[in-house]
Amino acid sequence: MDRARLGGAAVKGLEAHLRMRRGSFDADAAFTVPPGEVLALVGPNGAGKSSLLRALAGLTPLEEGRVVLGGTVLEDTAAGIRTPTPQRDLTMVFQDPLLFPHLSVRDNVAFGLRHHRAQARRPRQARAQADDLLARTGLADLAGRKAGRLSGGQRQRVAIVRALACDPALLLLDEPTSALDVSVTTEARAFLRQHIRTFGGVTVLVSHDPLDAFVLAERVAVVEHGRITQTGTPEEISRRPRTEYVAHLMGRNLLRDGDTYRTFSPTAVTLFREEPITSARNLWQLRIASLVPHGDAVRVHLRGAVSLVADVTREAVAALDLHEGLAVWASVKETEVTTFTD
Amino acid sequence: MSTRDAPALGRVPVTLVLPSAAGLLLLLLPLVGLLLRAPWGTFLERLGDPAIRDALRLSLVTSTVAAAVCLVLGVPLAWLLARTEFRGRSVVRALVNVPLVLPPVVGGVALLMAFGRRGVVGQWLDDAFGVTLPFTTAAVVLAQAFVALPFLVMSVEGALRTADRRYDEVAATLGASRLVAFWRVTLPLAGPGIAAGAALAWARALGEFGATITFAGSVPGVTRTMPLEIYGAMQSDPDTAIMLSVILLGISVAVLVALRSSWTGRAWAGQP
Repeated sequence: MDRARLGGAAVKGLEAHLRMRRGSFDADAAFTVPPGEVLALVGPNGAGKSSLLRALAGLTPLEEGRVVLGGTVLEDTAAGIRTPTPQRDLTMVFQDPLLFPHLSVRDNVAFGLRHHRAQARRPRQARAQADDLLARTGLADLAGRKAGRLSGGQRQRVAIVRALACDPALLLLDEPTSALDVSVTTEARAFLRQHIRTFGGVTVLVSHDPLDAFVLAERVAVVEHGRITQTGTPEEISRRPRTEYVAHLMGRNLLRDGDTYRTFSPTAVTLFREEPITSARNLWQLRIASLVPHGDAVRVHLRGAVSLVADVTREAVAALDLHEGLAVWASVKETEVTTFTD
Repeated sequence: MSTRDAPALGRVPVTLVLPSAAGLLLLLLPLVGLLLRAPWGTFLERLGDPAIRDALRLSLVTSTVAAAVCLVLGVPLAWLLARTEFRGRSVVRALVNVPLVLPPVVGGVALLMAFGRRGVVGQWLDDAFGVTLPFTTAAVVLAQAFVALPFLVMSVEGALRTADRRYDEVAATLGASRLVAFWRVTLPLAGPGIAAGAALAWARALGEFGATITFAGSVPGVTRTMPLEIYGAMQSDPDTAIMLSVILLGISVAVLVALRSSWTGRAWAGQP
């Protein structure tokens, strides 16, 4: 999986401007990813992330836009260019592994080696190389098994090897861990991380699970309602969330005043039944919208002049008799608040 | 299933049971009659008759070739109908199904008008190559394929429609052209449906009578298949006709059993 030999063309990475419309759904996003980098498109379900990924693959047509990969124009609506999926130098891992059930694991991995545009090996050669790859990824003992007989976690690992085997210029990952049992998600994510690292091409990952993005990606683009609302390194995004969705995704509160953002942790919020006499500058009277167990604590969603999340102990819930619909006072010490501007 | 549901929803109404039973009798009684009156004692002896052996062999050969022709022509047609969009697709689908509702005898006349010595294509075949189709074994195959093709196309199209198309998308992202994906992914996954369609087409070809006798005639050893032999024997030797009918009945039941196991034993049912 060495990209250097493919030379200059691949060095340019991916450049995409995607505009799509279908019914009430409407997406418009642009991004550039250098080779070797993993970009994660993170956002709530139904935000249009998967549609963007399918458009990159050529599986869903663009309304308007341009996709350039390694200096080759794959799609350009203005120029009337649209390269069919099989001729694009990319592979994709879907939410479901979708191994060809009638083929062995070896033949699944060899499939791309035989047919992918940069490969086109003879069957015997492709199978030998598939065996080699399976051995290097610790899956050698599965090679002869029918794909339909594997466990969910095994299938997804084979699907990842199958996609990487082609050594594409672009690897697309569509929620690669979300269809798996919780027990094997971590394992699959670790497997993906290990093998993506040595992959020299561009990777675009779509996930609604921020953990995927944080473990796998160097850069994160937050997609809401078909638009990219924030991009940055995972660290930047978690420290400086720009939208309420991102803040809550990262488990933080976000208050916005013009171009000034103030963010703080849910554990920094203190709740009171009576209006407290306090030095805290941040004090609101809010109503409890919901109480949800959150690890050892209880996560309290508050609505009112601002929307906040507060993590309190179970003892506090009992002592203050917190329940839904109750009006409470919430305060945050200014020292707990990070303030930043655009 | 239905009997288990019945108590909760109330009694099964007699008004529905009675016609059902009558319908079942209508289907079964003739078959029972056939089996009861069959000349079991002289069965093997009659089977030794060269004319009967010829008819049996001709039927098996022509219906197998017809089923193969249906596979070669029908599977691609079913794929086009199931997996592509084109103008007039619903018209094409309707045309494919015409032989299903067309009286076979009309099919035979139509085949004569197309491939007969004076037919639209037949005349040209005769002039250019000296080939005449009517009253040849090839004509039998043609007539059988004409009536059997819709069965194959319908059942394969159904199988392709219910197959998971995401496998074709995966194949495309792995670089497979549509033709490669068709051969290596779509066809194997639709295997049980294609087998069922081929068996149906084969059974329909085996029983073909009207189109065959009109287009191919009844030449012993050349175009006289089992159904034609039965029809002829009915006039002179009813016992032989009954025996041949029992053989065809046996073959039909065998096809039905084979179909059932290919439906229930779908190879990839375990895959989500």
